[in-house]
Amino acid sequence: MPKEKENKNIVKVDVKELNLWYGDNHALHNITVPLYENKITALIGPSGCGKSTFLRCLNRMNDLISIVKIDGSVVIDEKNIYDKDVDEVSVRKRVGMVFQQPNPFPKSIYDNVAYAPLKHGHVKKGKACDELVEKSLKDAGLWEEVKDKLNDPGTSLSGGQQQRLCIARTIAVKPEVILMDEPTSALDPISTEKIEALMLELKKKYTIITVTHNMQQAARVADYTAFFHLGKLIEYDETETIFVNPSNKKTEDYITGRFG
Amino acid sequence: MIKRKKNHKDNPFYDATLNARHRKSKRFKKFTLSSLVFSIAFLVFFLFDITSKGTPAFKQAYLKVEVTYSELSKKSYRKAIERKYSKIVSRAYLRTIPMMIEENPQLMGQTISTWVIADDQVDQYLKGHHYKLKNKDRALVDQMKADGNVELRFNTIFFTNGDSKSPEFAGLNSAIIGSILTMIITMLIAFPIGVMTAIYLEEFAEDNKFTQIIEVNINNLAAIPSILFGLLGLAVFINLFGLPRSAPVVGGLTLALMTLPIIIVSSRAALRAVPDSIRQAAYGLGLTKIEVTRDHVLPLAFPGILTGSIIGLAQAMGETAPLIIIGMIAYIPDAPSSVMDAATVMPAQLFTWAGMPERMYVEKTAAGIMVLLSILVALNSLAIYLRKKFEVKW
Amino acid sequence: MHTFESKNKSREMKEKAIKMALIVASTISILTTFGVLFSILFEAIAFFELRSFWYFLTGSVWSPGQVDSQFGAVPIFTGTIMITLIALVVAIPIGLGSAIFMSEYASHKTRDYLKPVLEVLAGIPTVVYGFFAALTVAPIVVKTAAWFGLEATFNSALASGVVMGIMIIPVISSLSDDVIKAVPDSQRKAALGLGMTQGETIKDIVLPSALPGIISACLLGFSKAIGETMIVVMAAGLRPNLSFNPLEDMTTVTVTIVNSLVGDFEFNSPETLVAFALGLALFIVTLGLNVLSLMMIRKFKEKYKVNTL
Repeated sequence: MPKEKENKNIVKVDVKELNLWYGDNHALHNITVPLYENKITALIGPSGCGKSTFLRCLNRMNDLISIVKIDGSVVIDEKNIYDKDVDEVSVRKRVGMVFQQPNPFPKSIYDNVAYAPLKHGHVKKGKACDELVEKSLKDAGLWEEVKDKLNDPGTSLSGGQQQRLCIARTIAVKPEVILMDEPTSALDPISTEKIEALMLELKKKYTIITVTHNMQQAARVADYTAFFHLGKLIEYDETETIFVNPSNKKTEDYITGRFG
Repeated sequence: MIKRKKNHKDNPFYDATLNARHRKSKRFKKFTLSSLVFSIAFLVFFLFDITSKGTPAFKQAYLKVEVTYSELSKKSYRKAIERKYSKIVSRAYLRTIPMMIEENPQLMGQTISTWVIADDQVDQYLKGHHYKLKNKDRALVDQMKADGNVELRFNTIFFTNGDSKSPEFAGLNSAIIGSILTMIITMLIAFPIGVMTAIYLEEFAEDNKFTQIIEVNINNLAAIPSILFGLLGLAVFINLFGLPRSAPVVGGLTLALMTLPIIIVSSRAALRAVPDSIRQAAYGLGLTKIEVTRDHVLPLAFPGILTGSIIGLAQAMGETAPLIIIGMIAYIPDAPSSVMDAATVMPAQLFTWAGMPERMYVEKTAAGIMVLLSILVALNSLAIYLRKKFEVKW
Repeated sequence: MHTFESKNKSREMKEKAIKMALIVASTISILTTFGVLFSILFEAIAFFELRSFWYFLTGSVWSPGQVDSQFGAVPIFTGTIMITLIALVVAIPIGLGSAIFMSEYASHKTRDYLKPVLEVLAGIPTVVYGFFAALTVAPIVVKTAAWFGLEATFNSALASGVVMGIMIIPVISSLSDDVIKAVPDSQRKAALGLGMTQGETIKDIVLPSALPGIISACLLGFSKAIGETMIVVMAAGLRPNLSFNPLEDMTTVTVTIVNSLVGDFEFNSPETLVAFALGLALFIVTLGLNVLSLMMIRKFKEKYKVNTL
C-alpha cells in the first residue's frame, strides 16, 4: 500500500474485500485497493491472474455472466455500486469502458459518439449535440482527422483511429472513471504512442484504470500500479516503487521476467 | 430489511431516464417471449386438434346381424340380410358376400349371426358426429345398441385395405405400400448421385468455373418450388420418356431430383468434418486419392451422410404437390405390386380423402396424418440417434 | 536407376473412370435445373403461341373453356401476393421475435430445448397444414368474422395465409437466429459499457447489424410462401378474384397450375398449357428472390467475416 502519511490523494473508487466466484472457481480473493482520483492506475500480472476480471467488477460488467457471484464492496462517492438499490445500468454511465479490440458501432463517426448521450438524454439533437461530438472527438485527439468526414462509417477508420473513436464515444457520456482493458495491445506502435499520450491528457479530468500486459507501458503512463497473481492482489504502490523497489518477491520476479 | 427499489431518487446513481427505458426494454423482451410462446402454443393446439379428430378413426362400428348365405344372396347380395338392416350395414361388405360363398361352399344354406361392418353414417352417428341417417334407421341402431348388438372395434381395416368408394372400407394400405415403393426409387437414385456429387465437390473439384456453376445450381435447385418439379416430371418423364402416369417410378424420379440438394449439402458437411490429418496420413502411406477417399474418408463421414439422407427421405415422404401434377392422386384401391403399376402415396391419399364429402373421411384423414407424422418422427429420431451415436469428437 | 515402380496402367484407368463417374453425377444437378427451366419454357412458349403474352401479364379476365377464352393472370398474381403478404405479416414478427428471444435472452438450456421444437414446425408436411387450414382454421375465421359482423367465406385468403405464415416461421427464425448470433459480442459489450439496457443494445446495435441477414431470411420466407401449393389448394379459393379483402376467396398461381393440369382439357389446349406459363412466372420470381437473398447474406458475411452461416 502507498504510504498513508504522504498520501494526499482522494480515493475515487474504494474497493474493499472483493471476492468473485465463477461457479465454484474462486477467481478473486479479498481484493482491497483504493484507486485514486485523476490518476492512472495500471493493473499488471501474468495471464489469467484476474486483472481483467477485477476491472470488469468496477462497472458491474461481470453481472452479465450468470455463473458469477460477487462479494465485497466497490464504493464510488460513498455508495457501494453493488448495493441492492443500485441499478447496474446506471453505474456504467459514470464508469466507462474501452476494450482491447476497437469496436465502433456500424454507424457513422458522428452517430458513434452521439448515440449514448442522446439515449441518456444529456443532449437533444441539434447544435448542443454537434458541440458535444466535436468536443469529445477533440479530447480524444481525433477531431482533426475526421472533422470533414463525420458521416463516414466508424469502421472505415484505421485501427488506432477506431480506438480513439471508442475513447471519444466513452467520454461523450461524461463518466468520472474510465476503465481500459489492454487498450493498445491490438494496435501498432505509433497508434500506441498516440493513445498513451491521450491517457496522460485524459487523467486531468478522469480517473483511469487500465489493464496492461506490457510492463513498459505501465512504467510510462501509470502513477500507481497494482500487481495481481492468481486472483490475489500482491502489491499496490506508486509505479516507481513497484518497478524499482518492490516489497514482494513475487512482484520482483514478475518485473524481472522470471515468470509471466 | 426493507427491499429498496432500484434507481431510487435518493440514490447517488439515480438516473431519471432509466425507469422509462427499462420499461421499454421489458416490453420488448415480453414481445419476443410471446412470439416464441405463440409458436409453441400453436404446435400444441395443432397436435391436440389432429389427435382429437383422428383418434376416433381407430375404432370402427360393427353390428351383429343374421347373414344368410344362399343361392339368392349369391345372386343378389342385398338379400343376404333382413331388409330393415339394408341401410345401416356397409354396402361394400355386402358386395363381398357372393365371393365369400364361392370360396367357402360350406357356408351355402347357413344363416349365421355375424358381426358386420356398419355403414359410415352409422359409425359417425355412434361417435356423435353429423350423420345422414333417417329417423327409423336411427331408432333401429339405438335399439340394437340397447340389445348389445353394437360394438366399436379396433379398426384393422384402416391398415389392411386400400382406398374405397365406401368410406367405411377405406384404408391406408395401398398408399403405404405406394409410399414405400416410391421412396425406394427416390433413394436409389438420389443417394448415389447426391453422395457422388458431394464427394466430387469436396475431394476432387478444383476452384474453377465448372465447380462454381455446380454449386450455384445446387443452390437454385434447393430453392425451386416443389410444384415445378411436378411440371418437369410431367413434361419430361411422362410426355417425353413416355413413362406410365401415376407410377412409383415417375414419382420416385421426380422426388429424387428434389431430394438431391439436401443429400448433397449434408454429405458435404459430413465429408468436411473429417479432419485433414486423416487424409494426409493416408497419402503418406502412398495411396491414391480415390483409395484415400473410399477407404478412409468415406467410412468416417458415413454416419453424417446417413443422417442427412434419412432427413431427406423424411422430407420426400411428405411431398404432395409434384405428385399431384404427375397424376398420383388417381383413385387407387389396390396396392401396387411393382414400380410400374399405378399407385398413390400417403400424403396424396390424405389429400384425396380431405376433399371427400362424407364426414368419416375427416376422421380417416386426421388418423392418416397421425400415422404419417409418427413415421416422420420415427425417421427423424432415428437420424438424431444415429448422429449422436456416431458422433466422434476429433 | 529404378527406385519407384512404374505406374500401374489398369489402376490408372480405373481411377479415371471413377473420377468421370463423379463428374457425371455432379452434372446431373446442372441438368436438372436447366431441365426444369427448359421443359417449362418450351410448353410456356407453346401457350404464348396460342394466347397473348401481354394480356397474360396485364389482363384481368380469366375465362378458360370458351371459344375465345381469355387468360389475364393479374387477379391470380394479386391473389398470390395477398395470401403471401398475410403469411409474412404472421411469420416475420413471430419468427424474428422468437429468434431474438432464443439468441439474446434465453439460457442455454432453454435454447437447446426450444430450438428443436421450432424445427418441428418445419417438418410438418404441407398437406397436413392444408388439412388443418381447411378444417380447423377456416371455420374459426368464418365464426370470428361473423362475431364482428363481417362475412368471410370458407375459402378466405386469411385462413390459408395465416397457416402458411405459421409454416414459414421456422424459415425466418432459423436464419435470423444464426445471423443474430453471428454479430460479434464486442458490439454488445460496447453498448452495455456505455450504460445501455439489454433491450436497447439489441434494438439499436445488434438488430441493425444483423439486418442484411434478417432481410435475407424474409426473402427466403417470401420465396417459400409464393411457391407453396398444398395449403392453398386445400384451403384457398379456385376463382381468380382481384380483391384486397382478406375475408374473400381468391386463388393463387400454384392452385391454378394444379387445376389446369388435372382438368379435362387435352394437353395441347391453352387451358392446360397456361399452367406452364404460370410455372415460368413462378420460376423466375422465386429464383429472383433467392438470388437477392443470397446477395444479402453475402453482404452480411463480408461485414463480419463469418463462415458459420
